[in-house]
Amino acid sequence: MSRSLLSISELGEPGLRRLLSIADHMAEVNRRANPKVPALRGKTVCNLFFEDSTRTRLSFETAAKRLSADTMNFAVSQSSLNKGESLRDTVETIAAMGVDAFVIRHGSSGAPWQLSSWTTASVINAGDGWHAHPTQALLDMYTVRTTLNRLEGFDGLRVAMVGDIKHSRVARSTTEAFKMLGADVTWVAPRTLLPPSHKEHVVAHLDEVIDDIDILYLLRMQKERMNEALVPHLREYTTRFGLTPERAARLGDHVLVMHPGPMNRGVEMAVDPSELPGNVINQQVTNGINVRMAVLFDLLGSGSENSLAGSPEA
Amino acid sequence: MTNTPDEKSPELSGKQVLGPDDVRRAITRMAHEIIERNRGLAGVALVGIQTGGVWVAELLAAEIARIEPETDGVRLGSVDASLYRDDIGLRPVTPGTVSDLTFSVEGATVVLVDDVLYTGRTVRSALDAIGDYGRPKSVQLAVIVDRGHRELPIRPDYVGKNLPTSSEESVSVTAEGVVISGGGS
Repeated sequence: MSRSLLSISELGEPGLRRLLSIADHMAEVNRRANPKVPALRGKTVCNLFFEDSTRTRLSFETAAKRLSADTMNFAVSQSSLNKGESLRDTVETIAAMGVDAFVIRHGSSGAPWQLSSWTTASVINAGDGWHAHPTQALLDMYTVRTTLNRLEGFDGLRVAMVGDIKHSRVARSTTEAFKMLGADVTWVAPRTLLPPSHKEHVVAHLDEVIDDIDILYLLRMQKERMNEALVPHLREYTTRFGLTPERAARLGDHVLVMHPGPMNRGVEMAVDPSELPGNVINQQVTNGINVRMAVLFDLLGSGSENSLAGSPEA
Repeated sequence: MTNTPDEKSPELSGKQVLGPDDVRRAITRMAHEIIERNRGLAGVALVGIQTGGVWVAELLAAEIARIEPETDGVRLGSVDASLYRDDIGLRPVTPGTVSDLTFSVEGATVVLVDDVLYTGRTVRSALDAIGDYGRPKSVQLAVIVDRGHRELPIRPDYVGKNLPTSSEESVSVTAEGVVISGGGS
């Protein structure tokens, strides 16, 4: 039974901390002139993306290549799925070519679990429906950990997560990881964009918390939500929940501003983020490669406890 | 180097083969040999292999600075070889501490430093790791204990103590001494 990364809760706190510390090694590799190590030579990673993605797919592909793994990219639009082949048959066909890990993004919640029941390869969840996006949570944690130099944990850090919580797998996974490391998370959202049941502290206006936070995490406000009448107008959304020039002026210099991308300028981000002292949005993207390398190395590089017992050392 | 029980079980009952003074004297002698062999310290850099070689490299660097007080001493760094091992995927690999090489190894005389030399596989992976930072003029190897059982054509240039062991035994090296334990006794 191979190991997989499906959600932050299944990973657990020890696993989360282990991956963050392996990511330090990957960050050191990525600082070199030649950012490549032979660790995963001979391993094959298949990217299965059933939803559009730029940064996550490229990030996983780069991560695999920097560890010297081979990559296969599966483009749904050019695949036999269009001829009516089932997902299961497609996956089994690809697995028969010899794949050590599948990286899957799918519009249906739970698809990665389904996939892992069909294959002996490792499965990495790169986003399923509204449910989970564990590598995003990892890169967010790694960004906070390195920028604030909080290696031991996030005790006492105050996080405001702002926007469409209900439809956001990022909100779910990142909130869970923040809390696992000891941070306090407040959700800032209109009632229509909250999940039906939750335990988080909620406020309905960004101004209520903006003076008392260490991290401002803005979520992407999708324009479709307006058509569904969950938000009256994007301009009203910006008024209550967007980072406007007035709010940016109130923001302490120590406050990290984070966004999972892609960003809607003028909606949730109504200022130029590059002018914010605490802007770490580009570091999030860079760290995405570090943590995805850590995940791939942890899953594919660690082997089993007893396959080479007593292996000589030094 | 490693986190296996191999070199890290001083609490187990074992046979002490070197005491703290022996380790100190071995380091002093190796420091002299490094200076002598390289006719000084120009271009010499000590690189400890994570994690067991790091403290040895630090002591060697301090000793070299004591012997040659009028020079700037040697450059000191460390390298983590875990991403270069040839047994990745075969056994659990947990990277130790992150590599710390702040100087360029290009053209340098790199002295790799470890506590125990055994199969030579860690040294091989460290050589690959160093090669990714640049092309040293030469690479030498310093170890406190050479316990034999090489599996690769690798030999040390500076040795604290040759210590024939059986592969069932484990060897622990600290500044407090060298202890052999296990071996079915």
